[in-house]
Amino acid sequence: MPLDILYFAWVREHVGLSSERAELPADASTPLKVAQWLAARGGGYATAFAAPEKLRCALDQQVVAMTDPIGEAREIAFFPPVTGG
Amino acid sequence: MRRIAVQSEDFDPGAELDLLQGADAGAVASFTGIVRGDDGVEALTLEHYPGMTERALADLAEAAMTRWPLSAVTIIHRIGTLPKGARIVFVGTASAHRAAALEACAFLIDRLKTDAPFWKKEHGRAGDRWVETRATDAAAADRWR
Repeated sequence: MPLDILYFAWVREHVGLSSERAELPADASTPLKVAQWLAARGGGYATAFAAPEKLRCALDQQVVAMTDPIGEAREIAFFPPVTGG
Repeated sequence: MRRIAVQSEDFDPGAELDLLQGADAGAVASFTGIVRGDDGVEALTLEHYPGMTERALADLAEAAMTRWPLSAVTIIHRIGTLPKGARIVFVGTASAHRAAALEACAFLIDRLKTDAPFWKKEHGRAGDRWVETRATDAAAADRWR
């Protein structure tokens, strides 16, 4: 199933896109594995995903750990720690 | 009353306080955040995650109303580019007594800073720079857990 991948703040700026739809490889079962798969595309993706421990992830708009299972989620978002307020 | 808004336009704190007061509040507390001009900052741009933001703010309002006896909660957060001195965020609470209103107001702004998907970019003398999280913000949010 294709998944919508969303990027925010400096992740979005490095990637050069705010969102894209992609078919994940079968072994991309966690946000961390998706981040590693995206980093391997090189260029701005490599910069954005060079240090996944600095990133946060949401699945279907709920914050999750980078090692949680993606399961049936339809939307995955990567972003830096939030700085609102 | 539970009022959540994510908007580019400014808000009127006085009008928001009147709404919170309603018919029977004994106490109204509020926090208004303003763009500071630290280190030559002239403006901020606020980015957010549409959909998730509104849900995160509604969850916080719900958590506050569960934890304290509140008659009303208002959370307004602005997005887009805001100049130094502009209002960014408003959190307001109403209750029968001051302790609940004050504590719930502090809870909401502390947790908003760590739980709601907003990101700030500063524009100023030093160019453009994404704001990084501060350990003191995480500590402030943690004291409510």
